[in-house]
Amino acid sequence: MGAPARTLAQKLWDSHVVQIGDAGDEPDLLYVDLHLVHEVTSPQAFEGLRMTGRHVRRPDLTLATMDHNVPTRGGARAADELSRRQMEVLAENCVREGIPLHQIGSRRQGIVHIIGPELGLTQPGMVIVCGDSHTSTHGAFGALAFGIGTSEVELVLATQCLPQRRLGDLAVNIDGELPIGVTAKDIALGLIGTVGTSGGVGHLVEYRGSTVRGLTMEGRMTLCNMSIEWGAKAGMVAPDDTTFTYMERRPHAPRGAAWEVALDYWRSLPTDVDATFDHEIALDAAQLSPFVTWGTNPGQVVAITGRVPSPRSDTDERALRYMDLKPGTAMADIAVDRVFIGSCTNARIEDLRAAARIIGGRHVHPKVRALVVPGSTTVKRAAEDEGLDLVFKAAGFEWRNAGCSMCLGMNPDILAPGERCASTSNRNFEGRQGSGGRTHLVSPPMAAAAAITGHLVDVRELV
Amino acid sequence: MAPLDRADVDTDQIIPKQFLKRIERTGYGPFLFYDWRRQPDFVLNRPEHQGAAVLVAGANFGCGSSREHAPWAIRDAGFRAVIAPSFGDIFRANSFKTGILAVSLPESQVRHLIDLASEDPKATVEIDLEAQEVRGEGFAYGFEIDPFVRECLLKGLDEIGLVERHAAAIAEHESKRQDWLPAVRA
Ligand code: SF4
Repeated sequence: MGAPARTLAQKLWDSHVVQIGDAGDEPDLLYVDLHLVHEVTSPQAFEGLRMTGRHVRRPDLTLATMDHNVPTRGGARAADELSRRQMEVLAENCVREGIPLHQIGSRRQGIVHIIGPELGLTQPGMVIVCGDSHTSTHGAFGALAFGIGTSEVELVLATQCLPQRRLGDLAVNIDGELPIGVTAKDIALGLIGTVGTSGGVGHLVEYRGSTVRGLTMEGRMTLCNMSIEWGAKAGMVAPDDTTFTYMERRPHAPRGAAWEVALDYWRSLPTDVDATFDHEIALDAAQLSPFVTWGTNPGQVVAITGRVPSPRSDTDERALRYMDLKPGTAMADIAVDRVFIGSCTNARIEDLRAAARIIGGRHVHPKVRALVVPGSTTVKRAAEDEGLDLVFKAAGFEWRNAGCSMCLGMNPDILAPGERCASTSNRNFEGRQGSGGRTHLVSPPMAAAAAITGHLVDVRELV
Repeated sequence: MAPLDRADVDTDQIIPKQFLKRIERTGYGPFLFYDWRRQPDFVLNRPEHQGAAVLVAGANFGCGSSREHAPWAIRDAGFRAVIAPSFGDIFRANSFKTGILAVSLPESQVRHLIDLASEDPKATVEIDLEAQEVRGEGFAYGFEIDPFVRECLLKGLDEIGLVERHAAAIAEHESKRQDWLPAVRA
């Protein structure tokens, strides 16, 4: 008899248990390989350390960036007073504790979940945490990655560990060929539409199946990124050759002999054939189409060929009122004022390429203001090397510096009350992109198509 | 008790992003449900619900962002506990660190409490963490809670201190980490 069959999540968990808890008493104590820090959820944590005379245990396993409230033009000077103060405080804290920081204006600055992977810091087999719920993005590499609150940020800064209870294992099996015009974003939206916004609560999710194997790393990151939108603590994909090809020669990837040793280890991580999950969900990729949200949570979603549904609950009714939509309206008849291409969900180079391909010499609709915000300064440079910035600018898009931007509107990029936006971000909550603003979540090609036509539209009509 | 009869209340509603720019841990109370509070008919604006210490809400309360500012705002507005059929995982963890008790009860019991609070704003409940019970006139609802969390809340334990007790095990784990794992330098 060999060792018992385990899932990817179980292997990741087991290899990071510093101290086993017992059922009635303490939870397991997990070791954290990489702790990502940003300006908004960290100041109180550093303050807590200072007040108790503690220091950061492993600044070499901690990386900070400025992303949530950085202006996307005009540099730090364009920030409001409070945002600037938050950035200064982060810089001071990083200097005092010896934590590397990618400041606004620096070469590698960007959204925390975009820079980890592109620097090669996100690797299979790791445990990664960050004071941000979309930390699940890093799971695309076969890492256990999840968001934590500020008290937990303080705990990890001080001890590099986190007490955690084991969670359930949930498999999402996605098989079949993706139809034309359907992206990883549509898989995520279609899934959330099916299972609801709390379908994953209390679970670690593994995305499996032929469709997932066929996704690029960018696509897998988009899929894992949205895990939290259906309540899952983490989402992950087993590492394979697609993962290794993406990682090879990234700045922090292992090299030479170490690369070979690492590869052997990474290849041992995928879920064992005989392992079982607590729950399994199946999704047929061939049945998916480009999706768009109509309401104020990501589960309120329909195919672009569909119509605004009749409300089935108070939540639906309130959402329709907020979104100013009538049941029965064709989704493709809904005009938009703004288009946002950006966020940790969809602002990697491949997303920008996919959006640019739709433009094809056409121009942004005169009534639409459209914004492209690359996920990182590295993505921005890469896009400019390919001339994508020229494609966007010639079409009438604004081309900005990297940051979270209109994903959550903490910087000057916000919707005015009543404005309607097709957005590649991950949350269509009330007021998320600006108080009174109305958000329709879509893929990057769908966002580009909406910018051109001035309304939500089936991208397949434009290709 | 104050009733908030809505499901999927996300942390963007509990405390909108424009109030996340502070660097303090307190002072968020006035901004709790900021956008909703600006609507005059919002239930928490009613005089009879002022001063409530228990918020009763719909399923999946606190979904969305990891901002601990959400339970900070709930605490700063005078609440001590939230009762709902279910919670976002991160919100629930953050609540306990803040000293806010997030209590999950079955949908039907939460419905009873919401109706009770709506019909009789003076109705009170007692939440007994020791006995793990929500009690009111004529009912007692038992609830489950992580025993470690319960212990920490009852004894006011410092979680960092608890983890630091395992310093030897942490050092031991560190000595065995694979040497290719990435490290960064300032
Ligand atoms: S892009 Fe949006 S979701 Fe992603 S980290 Fe920034 S604010 Fe959060």
